[in-house]
Amino acid sequence: MIETITRIPVAHYANLKERAGYSIKIDDKEIALFKLSSGEVYALENRSPHPKGGVLSEGLVSGRFVYCPVYDWKISLVDGMVQAPDEGQVRTYSVERKEDILFIVL
Amino acid sequence: MKKLVMIGNGMAGVRAIEEILKVAPDKYTITIFGQEPYPNYNRIKLSNILQGDTNFEDIIINPLEWYQENQIQLYTGETVVKIDREAKHVISDQGREVDYDELIIATGSNSFILPIPGADKIGVTGFRDIKDCEMMIKSSKQYKKAVVIGGGLLGLEAARGLLNLGMKVDVVHLMPHLMERQLDPIASSLLKGELESQGMNFLMEKETVEILGDEHVTGLRFKDGSEVETDLVVMAIGIKANTAVAKDSGIYVNRGIVVNDFMETSEPHIYAVGECAEHREIVYGLVAPLYEQGKVLANRIAGIVGEAYEGSVTGTQLKVAGVDLFSAGEIFEDGTTKSIMIYNEYDGVYKRVLTRNDLIVGIVLYGDTTDSTRLYRLLTKKEDISGVAIFQTACSGESSSDDIASMPDDELVCGCNGVTKGAIVEAIQAQGLTTLDQVSHCTNAGRSCGRCKPMVSNILAHTLGDQFDATAAQKTSICGCTTVSREELVAEIKVKGLTSVKEVMNVLDWNNEEGCTKCRPAINYYLGMIYMDEYKDDRDSRLVNEKMHANIQKDGTYSVVPRMYGGVTTAADLKKIAEIAEKYAVPLVKLTGGQRIGLFGVKKEDLPSMWEELDMPSGYAYGKTLRTVKTCVGAQFCRYGTQDSMALGIELEKKFERLDTPHKVKMGVSACPRNCSEAGIKDIGFVGIDGGWEIYVAGNGGVDLRPGDLLCTVKTQEEVMEMTGAYLQYYRETANYLERTSKWVERVGLEHVKEVLANEQTRKDLNERMDLTLKKYIEPWNEAIQNEEIQDKYYAKHTITSGSESK
Ligand code: SRM
Ligand SMILES: Cc1cc2nc3c(=O)[nH]c(=O)nc-3n(C[C@H](O)[C@H](O)[C@H](O)COP(=O)(O)OP(=O)(O)OC[C@H]3O[C@@H](n4cnc5c(N)ncnc54)[C@H](O)[C@@H]3O)c2cc1C
Ligand code: SF4
Ligand code: FES
Repeated sequence: MIETITRIPVAHYANLKERAGYSIKIDDKEIALFKLSSGEVYALENRSPHPKGGVLSEGLVSGRFVYCPVYDWKISLVDGMVQAPDEGQVRTYSVERKEDILFIVL
Repeated sequence: MKKLVMIGNGMAGVRAIEEILKVAPDKYTITIFGQEPYPNYNRIKLSNILQGDTNFEDIIINPLEWYQENQIQLYTGETVVKIDREAKHVISDQGREVDYDELIIATGSNSFILPIPGADKIGVTGFRDIKDCEMMIKSSKQYKKAVVIGGGLLGLEAARGLLNLGMKVDVVHLMPHLMERQLDPIASSLLKGELESQGMNFLMEKETVEILGDEHVTGLRFKDGSEVETDLVVMAIGIKANTAVAKDSGIYVNRGIVVNDFMETSEPHIYAVGECAEHREIVYGLVAPLYEQGKVLANRIAGIVGEAYEGSVTGTQLKVAGVDLFSAGEIFEDGTTKSIMIYNEYDGVYKRVLTRNDLIVGIVLYGDTTDSTRLYRLLTKKEDISGVAIFQTACSGESSSDDIASMPDDELVCGCNGVTKGAIVEAIQAQGLTTLDQVSHCTNAGRSCGRCKPMVSNILAHTLGDQFDATAAQKTSICGCTTVSREELVAEIKVKGLTSVKEVMNVLDWNNEEGCTKCRPAINYYLGMIYMDEYKDDRDSRLVNEKMHANIQKDGTYSVVPRMYGGVTTAADLKKIAEIAEKYAVPLVKLTGGQRIGLFGVKKEDLPSMWEELDMPSGYAYGKTLRTVKTCVGAQFCRYGTQDSMALGIELEKKFERLDTPHKVKMGVSACPRNCSEAGIKDIGFVGIDGGWEIYVAGNGGVDLRPGDLLCTVKTQEEVMEMTGAYLQYYRETANYLERTSKWVERVGLEHVKEVLANEQTRKDLNERMDLTLKKYIEPWNEAIQNEEIQDKYYAKHTITSGSESK
């Protein structure tokens, strides 16, 4: 079986500010990229699983979680799981770093 | 380490785990399966949720962090379907297999649903979990009529909740008296009268035989042939121990999973606790006995030789506003019993204690339950009551300090959690506790139904004596990340000289390193309030609207609302707005309720350039700050106008714009009492009269509509500005974050505010601090236009076409 892995360079690591979310559009996909206080970087689909949707990139970042800015759902940046009492999961993307360049793996 | 597995993530089970962690912290690796998709929450409070007193987040007992901290592997939303006793493992509905050395079954119970035709129709529910509550809340938005089957504890609490949700409610009861297992006929008829006056309708002695309707319920039919229409049926006739997994796996089950005095089932290494367990032929349905079981079980699992569980006497209380009721033990006379009674029909107070051979065997209290803890102790301790005054308190009045002093140390204060007065006093003294919240945390008292909280609070007051600070003790912590209250937070910031959000969370031991959406904006506000001009705002601790200086819309676009001071504009400004709206294809141009123009549906990346082209200051339509000052046309044009309302409005808006406040602040200025600017429902409203201005405060036109109260009448515009500055600053310094002026004034009292502001020196000091604060603000839209870093961090959108690096 042949798998295609696509790595898209999306940002310079050093340019990213901590606890900020960046919205990145790759073709028709919109991805939110977050850099945490620890320096880790995570990428999620930029859409809350709340039935009414909404973006995530402008949410408040705390530790490895982001709070959805529109409905205040707490979402894990690591696995995209929505924290109780709400339910759902956001699609996550893995992020790779080569020197200063960050790639999103599609 | 040995492996401990628990099936069921509910109140009794998780409490047993807490007890195990206390007595044997490092003995087991623990795994818990819970069918519901939540951490352990306080099921008792579902009644309060339905009645609208609290929300889901506040009833979580053990947040997910608790499981992490104690290294408990939790699988929520996962049901255990089989116990393999040979292989010693359990299997979940998702095919997960987990081995155990010891296994606890704590599966609770299910609502008992009458086995009658139609019971499976849409619109029929039990009252057991969050799902049921959500279903009822949803129905109430769509439908008008509800029927509750069952006039017991659960049924009445459900009915009260549905009334609060705006439904018309009938309660169907099979027996001639409500709560007949806990109340005698007198108490029961008092209760019925009270609930009827609250709007409940009772259908007594009715046996439901069928639920009518096609897919969705439309009504009920009773045995006597009569029918009643309804859109929602809540079955609250009882509960059924949830024994399915145990039974299927060959464990001995009667009405519940049968256990001995050490909570052991018929199988070695398998235990049961909670509502699923049957002990000496009794299945308990209240938490107090279940928590006692949990202690006994913990000792057994820890290998400690402890006391056996020998059964419990339970006391009940109904959680319905306006009803004070307590009942325990036996209810009915049987020839060997004698009653002691007080019946004051006028005040609706009824008390009866049933005795046998000088011992109390039953208690019913209605209308005044202050004697309940003391009587309950006499009952459970089987103390001789000859010569004891049974009813000590008069018909009204709370327990005073004297009562607390004379209360023996072993008197039970919190029935749910078995906490005595002695234990509370000891915790307060040993650990230096000062608030109700802390006492609950350390002793568990008050953590379940909450009925004991007034008593715990009295004990706290009595124990601390002069050091007791009543308002502080009532304060709850600002969020789940800490136990610190607003008052403590502000005091600690000042005393310890903390200067950043991060430092506050660090030094004050936040259990969540970077806080949450409740505490971070609040801390940021308090720091800015305390350090007036020195504090550097922590933009990333603000929520989206304030962080972006634009209000986010449901689809991720934003609105742009420029200032239009006092609602007054010019033709040139209108043209500019029109041109920009056209150029950026703004989907909606609208006059807002705040007398200005809003541009809605703007793309994030267009914000800075639109602001630049508008070249107008931000109207802060998104902020916890001064929003607009609405004005009427006033003396400049209107024939009734006595003052220049537009000029005052513009001056106010120019002076106080951008100021951080605990919640948003709106003002209105009218030039005569016809009040065309609606100044009577503003946070601060000004009404021109002949020779002066009336200043109204604490009005609100939003969720809790409230007319403003007259603060004072002044003569000149200077006096208006001085009074307004002092008032606003006093609000800034003393309100809780997110407390609007209307709520704040109700909390601290209008008279108090008037008194503070009556002092000229105080007003002067307040205004000085206000002016110092006002100096620090910079126009945020302009700042964004000037600063590339801000633009890149907050407003840029990066678009990339893929295909760059593939392999
Ligand atoms: C635009 C406007 C409606 C309109 O089309 O006219 C509006 C829009 C919003 N209001 Fe409002 N309110 C607007 C006038 C009002 C008024 C009328 C007034 O000010 O005279 C009220 C009642 C008066 C009052 O506040 O006492 C009002 C009471 C609320 C409330 C309830 C506040 C309360 O304490 O009860 C909220 C919710 C909140 O603030 O927590 C709210 C919240 C909101 C938010 C910010 C909700 C949000 O966070 O997304 C809305 C933003 C919409 C958006 O997409 O930008 N809005 N809102 C008005 C803007 C006025 C302005 O120019 O600044
Ligand atoms: C509306 C309401 C009001 C109440 N008011 C009071 C009150 O005022 N005072 C009082 O003392 N008590 C009150 N109670 C009763 C109290 O809530 C219960 O006694 C208590 O919750 C029982 O605890 P438990 O752990 O045995 O069961 P539960 O709290 O029901 O927990 C059992 C859990 O196990 C889960 N489970 C079941 N089977 C499985 C499986 N196979 N695999 C995985 N998980 C499973 C269930 O989903 C459930 O979450 C009230 C109850 C309700 C519903
Ligand atoms: S409030 Fe009075 S002055 Fe103002 S417009 Fe109305 S009538 Fe005229
Ligand atoms: S008596 Fe129920 S929580 Fe204390």
